[in-house]
Amino acid sequence: MSIRIKLPLDRSKISGLRAGERVLLSGHLYTARDAAHMKLKEMLDNGHKLPVDLNNETIYYAGPCPAAPGRVIGSAGPTTSGRMDSYTPALLEHGLIGMIGKGDRDDKVVEAIKAKGAVYFGATGGAGALLSGRIASSEIAAFPELGTEAIRRIEVVDFPVIVLIDPSGTDIYRTNVIKYRNIREEAD
Amino acid sequence: MTRVIECRLVTELVASLCIEANIILPADIADVISSAEYREVSPEGKAVLADLKLNMAVARKERIPICQDTGMAVVFVKIGQEVQISGGALTDAITAGVSKGYTEGYMRASIVEDPLLRNNTGDNTPPVIHIEIVPGNTFRITVAPKGFGSENMSALKMLKPSEGVEGVIDFVVDAVITAGANPCPPIILGIGIGGTMEKAALIAKQALLREAGTHNKLKHIAELEDIILDKVNRSGIGPGGLGGRVTALAVNIDVYPTHIAGLPVAVNISCHATRHATGSL
Ligand code: SF4
Repeated sequence: MSIRIKLPLDRSKISGLRAGERVLLSGHLYTARDAAHMKLKEMLDNGHKLPVDLNNETIYYAGPCPAAPGRVIGSAGPTTSGRMDSYTPALLEHGLIGMIGKGDRDDKVVEAIKAKGAVYFGATGGAGALLSGRIASSEIAAFPELGTEAIRRIEVVDFPVIVLIDPSGTDIYRTNVIKYRNIREEAD
Repeated sequence: MTRVIECRLVTELVASLCIEANIILPADIADVISSAEYREVSPEGKAVLADLKLNMAVARKERIPICQDTGMAVVFVKIGQEVQISGGALTDAITAGVSKGYTEGYMRASIVEDPLLRNNTGDNTPPVIHIEIVPGNTFRITVAPKGFGSENMSALKMLKPSEGVEGVIDFVVDAVITAGANPCPPIILGIGIGGTMEKAALIAKQALLREAGTHNKLKHIAELEDIILDKVNRSGIGPGGLGGRVTALAVNIDVYPTHIAGLPVAVNISCHATRHATGSL
């Protein structure tokens, strides 16, 4: 059973979410990965205004394939979020409230998520073909020169995610893996 | 008998292999992903495996890449010593094929020209090319696009011979646990033991090409593959790193003679999207 949530998020929509819950997201969000984060951080450090207003926005860590003719976007699954960890607390400070990616986050990010009541979702890593079918539109919002790493504004419809770190800071990676550790395979 | 092969044909072959490899997973990999769903006990893990199965079907039907990280193209060439390449340089022909395949296949350009300056080359070139000269006049190319979610989690260590097989097991299992969800588990492990530093890394990568579910011909290495697979699958990481029993689908080890003072071990972690396509001219 999945919970349906409309984007953009706000605290009231996500405060009740718990790690492990499945959510279908619909609405707009932004893609950004390594190079875009580096640029955003540089802008913040220099006191410049960001090219997109991050207030209550969600960032999807993804660098899609180019769209073939007749398609909105190419394959578009999540990239490893941990590479964005050093930039994330500053973006959360600037209003970012949701993130979608794969893989664990460092303690500073978990703390910042907790402090801000934000949420970190996971999309199935490697399921880029499947996920691209849930994207209804895509346009460049900033840094076109970065190619696949540009910031895109995309509209998603019932985009399937799982809550990895909830607003209370509970992290499914830290809680669920332990449950299955040391179980022997029955098959052999 | 000497045979002449035109560069133009090499370029065409490489281009089509890049596209095929990225759209359709090899049958052995598809099979182990499919059968893993029945072995998995965690509901979260089962859901990930179901997604991956569906994803393979969507990619095949719509002719789009399985994963948006269409990788750095690793190209293995086996060229017979009686083959002559005409019409240009072999490596240029391969590079042109990668450019053509990635551009015409609407695949992602993920390569930066300088590792520190980081400017994207725009057509996913250059590839990493490994050429091996073999007897005869055959010409065989394998394109293995390698995603970096998993490549980044790979590791190499020069163990002391006294650390032995236990040292190898601990090193590999640690690497998998450190990798966690990042390499998009379920993973395939390519492990190279022996040789020199670069030889261990190369045979680890080549081991990823071996059919999933098969074993090394050496009995003690085949047993080691089973031991590592079992240990890794008791790590709890599971599909998507969300907890479960199926962390790895296969462990492929290759070995090479080494120095009296050394025990190099390389583990090349690969995701479920362990892609490769082979063709001959
Ligand atoms: S690790 Fe593999 S499946 Fe995951 S994003 Fe990279 S290429 Fe795709």
